[in-house]
Amino acid sequence: MLPREYLLRRRVWAGIGLAVIVALASGASWLTDFDLARALRAFPEAAGWAVANFVPDAAAWRRLPKILDKLNETILMAVASSTVAALFALVFAIAGARTTAVHPWAGLVSRGVATVFRNIDVSAWALILLFSFGQSAYTGYLALFFVTFGFLVRVMIETIDEVSTDSVEALRATGAAYTAIISQSVIPACLPRMLSWLLFMIETNIRSATLVGILTGTGIGFQFDLYYKSFNYPAASLLVLVVVLAVLAIEVSSNAIRRAVL
Amino acid sequence: MAFLEITDLTKRYGAETVALDGITLSVERGAFVVIIGPSGAGKSTLLRCINRMIDWGSGEIMLDGVAVGALAGPALRRHRSRIGMVFQHYNLVNRLSVLENVLHGRLGAMSSLAGVLGLYSAEAQQEALRIVQMLGLEPQLYKRCDQLSGGQKQRVGIGRALIQNPALLLCDEPIASLDPNAARVIMDTLAGINRTLGITVLVNLHQVDVALRYAGRIIGVNQGRVVYDGPPAGVTRDHIAMIYGAEADELLIERQVTDVAA
Repeated sequence: MLPREYLLRRRVWAGIGLAVIVALASGASWLTDFDLARALRAFPEAAGWAVANFVPDAAAWRRLPKILDKLNETILMAVASSTVAALFALVFAIAGARTTAVHPWAGLVSRGVATVFRNIDVSAWALILLFSFGQSAYTGYLALFFVTFGFLVRVMIETIDEVSTDSVEALRATGAAYTAIISQSVIPACLPRMLSWLLFMIETNIRSATLVGILTGTGIGFQFDLYYKSFNYPAASLLVLVVVLAVLAIEVSSNAIRRAVL
Repeated sequence: MAFLEITDLTKRYGAETVALDGITLSVERGAFVVIIGPSGAGKSTLLRCINRMIDWGSGEIMLDGVAVGALAGPALRRHRSRIGMVFQHYNLVNRLSVLENVLHGRLGAMSSLAGVLGLYSAEAQQEALRIVQMLGLEPQLYKRCDQLSGGQKQRVGIGRALIQNPALLLCDEPIASLDPNAARVIMDTLAGINRTLGITVLVNLHQVDVALRYAGRIIGVNQGRVVYDGPPAGVTRDHIAMIYGAEADELLIERQVTDVAA
């Protein structure tokens, strides 16, 4: 095959790939009656409506203490569920990582459990848990806990196998006990990365908690739902503003913590 | 009976790969033995059988009159704590200081609880300081190991092995990742340890010239078998060809010729 033929073939394949993507996109739009042009045309109108209605007025500002109270509740729930989930995830990850496995099958069990918890979406968990716990903070807490647990087990297993395999071998060779190897080698080597993932999950969970709150009738999400459905757009807009600021503040502080630890 | 007796040791990985194919050898106390052979010859496997980091198929290893194959639990940990191990990639906990990494060598001789909490005795701390001074690393004592050069890291690795107060030192390709200067420092250090402390040293190498210069005895391994066992002076071109294959022999001869010319 000549270079010219090879390059031509590459270009033909790229063209076919592009055609397939375009066909999929237009097919899906046609099936769902989605009109991209209309959506784009509607955008200025929607923005105009938001600017006209989503403006906090004096009455909305008077509701600020209540909004902050709900925000506080939501943030605390996200932090609590993430950190407790991280502790459980650490135990499962140590038991399941190849480097520190307690049994050859432990990895399979640990990964399997984590996969189930992770691949059910947080809103799906909230709906499932609604049946047993009703509309309470528990439902939201557990939904966030399960998803965080599933995600953290996976990344912690990968961290342990990536970061600490060599030093674990060295400490095993000195005759150190399993528990000593974990505390003196695995934890110090993996801590910054694990902490970094935990901070990431806290950020994610604060956003998720707002959504989950709409379903479970708790926290800032529910408050938003109330304002919105009672046409109190000024209060709803203030709430959105506060959430955005809170998420940004959390992100900035977690980045600072990350820098300090690494 | 010799200090280390290996009898008809066989180890397979899977059904086909034979790592060790009936290795029999004995090592006297205080010897400096270099094991040479191409990659995949079974050198690493052989070393890791001696401190039972891996289990083997058939055969037996006796160290100081103790059958290594029968050890389990605390007895195995005690066995490992009497053997120091030095690795090609140093296997340090990079985020911890030189001091902490050297002290890790004592974990094998500590109770589980003291090990978990890292409660090193005053005597161990004194000993660590002495070893660090001896290895010329005192200015780096509180530095994190990820800030050290390769040669310094390997000296930390040797320090971790020395604080075990070992009867035997196993070195798996200790200079394979180092530049020639650092490699010379490490080999001199190992030779000094052997000479002044009387510790028996087993070194895996793939640099024949280094092996010939430092070894008191050479063991050539190819495809899991001992093909040469004797003094460095007795190593001939035929032996090198047997260990590394005919082409490697030509390479070596060429280099020796250029050495002479230079």
